[in-house]
This record gives sequence, structure tokens and C-alpha cells, in this order.
Amino acid sequence: MRWLRRNLVVIFGLGTLAYMILPNVVVTVFSFNNPAGRFNYAWQEFSLDAWKDPCGVADLCGSLSLSLQIAVWATIGATVLGTAIAFALVRYRFRARGAVNSLIFLPMAMPEIVMAASLLALFLNMGIQLGFWTILIAHVMFCLSFVVAAVKARVLSMDPRLEEAARDLYAGPVQTFARVTLPIAAPGIAAGALLSFALSFDDFIITNFNSGNTVTFPMFVWGSAQRGTPVQINVIGTAMFVIAVLVVLVGQTVGNRRKNAQPK
Amino acid sequence: MTATAAPPVAGTVTEPPVHKASLRKRLVPYWLLLPGILWLLVFFVLPMVYQASTSVQTGSLEEGFKVTWHFQTYWDALTEYYPQFLRSLLYAGTATVLCLLLGYPLAYLIAFKAGRWRNLLLVLVIAPFFTSFLIRTLAWKTILADGGPVVEVLNALHVLDVTSWLGMTEGERVLATPLAVVCGLTYNFLPFMILPLYTSLERIDTRLHEAAGDLYARPSTTFRKVTFPLSMPGVVSGTLLTFIPASGDYVNAELLGSTDTRMIGNVIQSQYLRILDYPTAAALSFILMAIVLIMVTIYIRRAGTEDLV
Repeated sequence: MRWLRRNLVVIFGLGTLAYMILPNVVVTVFSFNNPAGRFNYAWQEFSLDAWKDPCGVADLCGSLSLSLQIAVWATIGATVLGTAIAFALVRYRFRARGAVNSLIFLPMAMPEIVMAASLLALFLNMGIQLGFWTILIAHVMFCLSFVVAAVKARVLSMDPRLEEAARDLYAGPVQTFARVTLPIAAPGIAAGALLSFALSFDDFIITNFNSGNTVTFPMFVWGSAQRGTPVQINVIGTAMFVIAVLVVLVGQTVGNRRKNAQPK
Repeated sequence: MTATAAPPVAGTVTEPPVHKASLRKRLVPYWLLLPGILWLLVFFVLPMVYQASTSVQTGSLEEGFKVTWHFQTYWDALTEYYPQFLRSLLYAGTATVLCLLLGYPLAYLIAFKAGRWRNLLLVLVIAPFFTSFLIRTLAWKTILADGGPVVEVLNALHVLDVTSWLGMTEGERVLATPLAVVCGLTYNFLPFMILPLYTSLERIDTRLHEAAGDLYARPSTTFRKVTFPLSMPGVVSGTLLTFIPASGDYVNAELLGSTDTRMIGNVIQSQYLRILDYPTAAALSFILMAIVLIMVTIYIRRAGTEDLV
């Protein structure tokens, strides 16, 4: 009984973790299913068919590569624009700081559907054709704030004396930025970029409003929930999960090695 | 810009270099801000203006819409769709409370008890993100399927009796009930609760726990008087990051719910994309925005934390 009380937090915590992981387990298991009907919701029999032919469903891999392209460009755009804003906010005093801060904060404090609907209102009123470009514009817009937040946090925590020291040692402003500021800010920029990529790749609501007939991967999954869910969706979901976990684990191992290599 | 830039002021040696700022240097922050802020002005603020104008237009798709300052649309939209508004706030609120109750123990576990498992647990919290959330939400259809093991167990434990008494389920079903939608919302936004909680818990100096123990505080008192108050910034940003997106969500209600569980997001989505009644859709999303912003402002004031970004 005492043991139970002492470990109550652990039990509840692991319970929550199970709740969070369970759908991934289901997705993985059902990627080996051979469903009876059009929908892959009930277990029928074990099959490797979908894994042998992941692109076997029309438009599936096309939508996947479109989503990857949009995510890459949106990440680049949001990271460049957001990093510049973050540096301006932390390193300079200027008028309208408060206004700029609220403008950055507002997109994060608003339900996605409100931004999605208003962007559609803009595009409709302007007569802009919905498609790749409207999706990209929207994604850069909502990723921007997250990049600013991530980079700002990192730059704020960095010691301004390092830059002063560089200047005292006769480094020019460009050199100081490239050799001191940028390397220190890099983890923040990387975090912002990763977040942008994940947000853009998995975005549904804003894309749903502003894509027209263009089908990204989330749009494909959404459509298939109405028409019939091919097993290949689960294959791709599982593969992305495994790849991402591997990348994180490898990254951590490398990071730990580097940390251990450094003298304490 | 170079033409207007003043020549660099030749400062004395004793003057720190900051004061030597020329006009060109003073313009640097504006140049850094310009592209990003312009992007937000054109694709975030301007759309709001267009939507405001759309919401007071009348007309039809064939004849086109004209601004007629028809504010009646707001009133009509509110009277027709207030059940969906209330339902959205109720579902989002319930999901937020559940996220806090479920997420806090896990964040606490990772921050204080995990030891060398900490990184692995963090990876497991973030990892589901990498499988598209729509695929994972569809998996709940399988998990909560009628007559499936989860429903059977809940039924055997008489949990479903309680939830159906609360109006969350009907009979021996979970799928297509409010419970399924809340369960999906909770699931989808849990990481947004856990990560801020973890960040603020991890900052707490564990010596404070020892100090509380030394002063004869029981573990529950330590939690109530030390740990929880210090984790408030995480609680505030976690609840906001959960409640705001959940209130406008329509994916869970569409995939896991039924026509009786439609949230305001579903209404806006179908008005904009299927029924093509743009003024009503615009008015609805403005009302949603106003409700959320007012609630968030009050909440932040009460919780007393201003810096969230």
C-alpha cells in the first residue's frame, strides 16, 4: 500500500504515456492488415501487401511529396523571416516594439480556423487562384511566430558580453555575427525550423481552407476518411514515426558523445 | 537608403561604440523586421480586414456580395448556432481539464522521477507528432469501435453508466458520442500541455523540496505549497495551448463524432467550403475569435502571468 502511494505519480504518468502511444501502436499493427471492405478499421488478417507497394494507391505518394516540398519551403521562409524579427526584438531598441510583440503573439493565440477562414476571405476577394502558392503563403505565416518565439528564447539567454568580447578583440560586426552570435543562436534557430517543418507538414485546417483542388498528404488522409482508408496510409504513418524516432535517437547519441568528449 | 544615411559620427575614444549609431545603424532593426512584419500584415492582418468586410456583406454567390453593413448577420448567426458555440467551449474546456489532470503526472514523472529515462520519455511524448495527427485520430475509430475491448471494459466497469448519466455517451457506444470527441481532443492536445508543464517543473530547484521536507511538510503539502505554485507558468501556457486550438477544432468532431456533436469549427468549415454562405461564415469566425480572445485575456489577468512568448 505504501509502495502504491509512493509510486502513484509514476503509475499515472505511465498511464498517460500509454494513452498517448496507443494510437501509434494501432496504426502500426493495422499497417499489416488486409481489410475486408474499403475501410481499415477492423482487423481481418495479416498481410504485407501494403508494405510491398506503399505507393500503390493513386495520388498518395504525389500528395506526400507535395507536402514535403511545401514543408521545406515554408520552413526556409519562416526561419529566415522569423530569425530576423527575433534578432531585431532582442538586440535593438526601437519604437513600436510592443505592437510588433503583439503582432507576433496574436497568430499563436487564435484558433487556427479563424486564420484559415480570413485568409480564404482575402484570396476570394482578390481573386487569387487557390493552390500550391496559397498553401505556402499560409504556412509561412503561421510558422513565423513559432520561429520568433524559439529564436528569441535562445538569444535572450545568451550572454551579451560574448559579443562585446569579440568586438574588443577587433572583430567587425559581420565577423562577430558570423563567428559568435550565429553559432550560439543556432540551437534556437534549429528548434524553430524543426517546429516549422512539423507544423507545416502536418497542417490540416489552414490547408483545408486554402488549398483549392491541391491535395497535400493530410488532405489525402482527410479525403480517404470519407471514401475509404487504404492500408498504405498506415504504412506511411508508421514509416514516418520510425524514421523520426531513429533520427532523434541518433542525434541524441551524437550529442551525448560530443558532450562527453568535451572536458568538464 | 544610403543616400540619406548620415556620415558616421566621429566619437571620442572614451565614448562606448553604441552611441556612435549612425542613421544607417539605427535603421538596422527596421530592415530586419520589415519582411516578416510585412508578411504578417498582408497575410494575417489584412485577411482579418477582408473578413470583417465579408461579414457585413449581403448577396448571393451568383450575383456577388456587396458591403451593406448588414450587422444582422452576427445576431442571426449567434441565435442559430449558439448550441454549437456552447458545445465547443464545453468540449474544449473538458478536454483542457483532462489534459491537465492526465498531463501533470507525466510531466512530473519526467521532470523529477525519470532519472536516466528522462530523454527516452521525452522522445516518446514528442514521437507521436511524426505520424500525421489525422491518421492517429482515425486510429481512435478502431480503438473505440463498438463491441471492441475498450468499450467492453468500460462497460464492465460501469464507466459507461456514469458517462451516459452525464450525457456523454448513449447506450453501449462510445464512438459518435461526445465522449469520443472529448477523448480525441484530449489525445490530440496532450503534448501541448505536457511540454510547457515539463519546462516549468524542470526549472524548479529540487532543494526546495528537501527544504519543505526538513520543515516537516508532508509530500502533499510540499506539492500544494511549493511545486504547484512554481509550475503555474507551465499550467497557464499549457491550458492556453490546449484550449485555444481545441475550441476551433472540427477534425475530432467530424471523424469521431456524429451530427449531434458538431462544434462551431464544423459549422464555419461547412459554411465556407460547402454551403458557400461567406457572410455568415465570416461573422461566426469573428464571434469565435472574440470569445476566445476575451476568455484568454481574463484568464491571463487572473493567472497573473504576462510573458507567455
